[in-house]
Amino acid sequence: MAYNLKEVIAEKPSRFTSGHRMCAGCGAPVVGRMVLRALKKEDHAVISCATGCMEVSTFIYPYTSWTDSFIHTAFECAAANSAGAEAAYKSLKRQGKLPEDEHTKFITFGGDGGTYDIGLQSLSGAMERGHDMVYVCYDNGAYMNTGIQRSSATPKFADTTTTPAGTVIPGKMQARKDLSKIMVGHHIPYVAQTAPLSNFKDLYEKSEKAIYTEGPAFLNVLAPCPRGWGYPTDMLMDIIKLAVETCYWPLYEVIDGKYKINYKPKNKLPIEEFLKPQRRFKHMFKPGNEWMIEEFQKEVDSRWQELLDLEEITNRELNAE
Amino acid sequence: MSENINIHTPASKLTIGGNIYEAGNAKEFKTGDWRSVKPIYLSEKCKQCGLCFPVCPDDAIPVNKEQKREDFNYDYCKGCGVCARVCPFKAIEMKEEGGNK
Amino acid sequence: MGIRERLSGNEAAAIAMKQINPDVVAAFPITPSTEIPQYFSTFVNNGTVDTEFVAVESEHSAMTACIGAESAGARAMTATSANGLSLMWEMIYIASSLRLPIVMSLVNRAVSGPLNIHNDHSDAMGVRDSGWIMLFSENNQEAYDNLLMAHKIAEHKDVLLPLMVCQDGFITSHSIENIELLEDETVKAFVGTYKPEHYLLNRMEPIAIGPLDLQAYLFEHKYQQSVAMKNAKKVILDVAKEFEELTGRKYSFFEEYKLEDAEIAIVCMNSTAGTTKYVVDNLREKGIKAGLLKLRVFRPFPAEEIAKALSGLKAVAILDKADSLNSAGGALFEDVTSAMYVNKYQVTMCNYIYGIGGRDVSARDIESVYTDLQKIVSDGNLDNPYRYLGLREN
Repeated sequence: MAYNLKEVIAEKPSRFTSGHRMCAGCGAPVVGRMVLRALKKEDHAVISCATGCMEVSTFIYPYTSWTDSFIHTAFECAAANSAGAEAAYKSLKRQGKLPEDEHTKFITFGGDGGTYDIGLQSLSGAMERGHDMVYVCYDNGAYMNTGIQRSSATPKFADTTTTPAGTVIPGKMQARKDLSKIMVGHHIPYVAQTAPLSNFKDLYEKSEKAIYTEGPAFLNVLAPCPRGWGYPTDMLMDIIKLAVETCYWPLYEVIDGKYKINYKPKNKLPIEEFLKPQRRFKHMFKPGNEWMIEEFQKEVDSRWQELLDLEEITNRELNAE
Repeated sequence: MSENINIHTPASKLTIGGNIYEAGNAKEFKTGDWRSVKPIYLSEKCKQCGLCFPVCPDDAIPVNKEQKREDFNYDYCKGCGVCARVCPFKAIEMKEEGGNK
Repeated sequence: MGIRERLSGNEAAAIAMKQINPDVVAAFPITPSTEIPQYFSTFVNNGTVDTEFVAVESEHSAMTACIGAESAGARAMTATSANGLSLMWEMIYIASSLRLPIVMSLVNRAVSGPLNIHNDHSDAMGVRDSGWIMLFSENNQEAYDNLLMAHKIAEHKDVLLPLMVCQDGFITSHSIENIELLEDETVKAFVGTYKPEHYLLNRMEPIAIGPLDLQAYLFEHKYQQSVAMKNAKKVILDVAKEFEELTGRKYSFFEEYKLEDAEIAIVCMNSTAGTTKYVVDNLREKGIKAGLLKLRVFRPFPAEEIAKALSGLKAVAILDKADSLNSAGGALFEDVTSAMYVNKYQVTMCNYIYGIGGRDVSARDIESVYTDLQKIVSDGNLDNPYRYLGLREN
């Protein structure tokens, strides 16, 4: 069925309620709510969430913003929580202790800190074991909850509270980890990189595929943070669009190992367009720092080319010989 | 349940482990007073295109069964302005909140 | 009705788990507990149990998966030792704070470092304030029996706390001894089915678990745990009584071995109690009034009961198989002496740190402790309460 934004919003009630305490203009609740809208109305979900902004702002005793079942335990183990709950589901279902015709889906949320860094082991384990679950990383490129410390998802040169743009060291000196490809390396049935964009078709459809693909699935979703990135709160959707149009954040999916780039900009915008509105990259625009922008552009270009190559290679027909 | 839990509730009456058995009860917690700027919905300009429906981080744009948006839910709107910026028809205007409430 | 068998402690634990037939087991390999999930995975793969076995990538995930499973509405179990428990540490506290009656076999081993795979109690002592019920087992029979009683205690509505059953690594876990097993059906009926009141998989009542619990609430939630631990005392005794009716085997907070008329006694836990009983028997033959208090229930700590049981003695040695490295004695010593003080009993007590890293503890070593106690009584003087047993000091 063709995607219809208005229908989706009108027909499927929000499973992530108002009354949470994420910052004004935060990208994460926008992502979380749309991912959950991809659930079939009649399906129940068990949501596990890593410690981070999304958790501490949505479940402050005695209030929860989640209308499905929800569990949070610690920072690095949201995937293992889901794995345990999914194992329980399988076991109880097999024993006839749960109704046969009702379905529960297992969805995990973690920020980039809880996913790229401290939670990588538990995520990798859960994916490798093949639990029927979806892991959603809402990537805002730093430890925002604790006050904008660098993570391995933080882009190069970004000014964070642990990689300040200093006079000797101008911000973070390492490139960001490519987690989506690490997840592809697990040979799981579905991996996608997406973002909430214009009518949210890309995010919704990928969420739907991830949730209803049997076995483990991983979604890496760009979720800008106005406070950590330093842009006016109303620019959320502009920033995301620039991330996609510059190929900083390509939209692609990998189904059973085959890459598919979902959007190829006709006119790939220069990376400055994405960097300029953000305070965390301000120092890159000082006279004498042109090399930083050049280097950043080079990295974006080479990653984009790599992606184009991967799409070609993984879709090549195998020779009969 | 959450109305029975407050800072005066004794240990014997609190749910164990901090569990909450009333899903989605955060709706009882109003965040509208965070707002310093306020979106004004200009229904006459609105074409019901739907672009603002999903961008509200606080789910403060009610959408009815006819797939049409209604006026803002100011109980929760934090005034981020994302909705106004995505509107192609200038049907949302951001206004300073007036003085102290 | 009992089945006579010869099993190692790990086999006994695995058989108990098979008979309990939990919904989920999540575990990670570590010496010396690893045999438990090994044996158990054979039951899983042969269809003997209904369990979903999750072969996790770390102990941290083992405990996390148990938390996920138990909160989903399943009975979840695990097994570990030493560094495995250390890696779980964060989740150990979370399991108890979420009031999940997870049951774990802890095969006691020295916590690194340096690395050592042999028995002491430093792993268990590291989690003694985590809000878990902790049962200790002298031998394979007790490890088995404690596991059979575990769920009835942990899942009781007045308790709802996780529980660990300890046994000594290698000494118990790998030694084959006689054991009396119950029939599968008997265990099934005794343990009963798990019926949680609130659980994640109940779509009729979606719940939220594990909030940000700020200044206004955490204190009260912690107090609730403390109340539950206190409640566990009665439940432990009730379950022991029911178990005795079923098996004839009697359990309490502790076992008093020839303690009633004793003048000197040792307090210890796990396998050392076996050696100590042998020494007590020998000393009794010589007319020496020696006794033993073997602690089974370390958490909740039966302070008042212990104090009362030791009140009539002339001198007591408390054996700690873990050093607290605090210059003021081991954990068991601190707990027992504090219990004596609070209950207003003045009995001379000294502490022995012993058996660290699997250092062998012979009957001769234990006998030397009783000899020391005799000297303390006759001298009427205790020069140093903080002692070591079997250590090459100088």
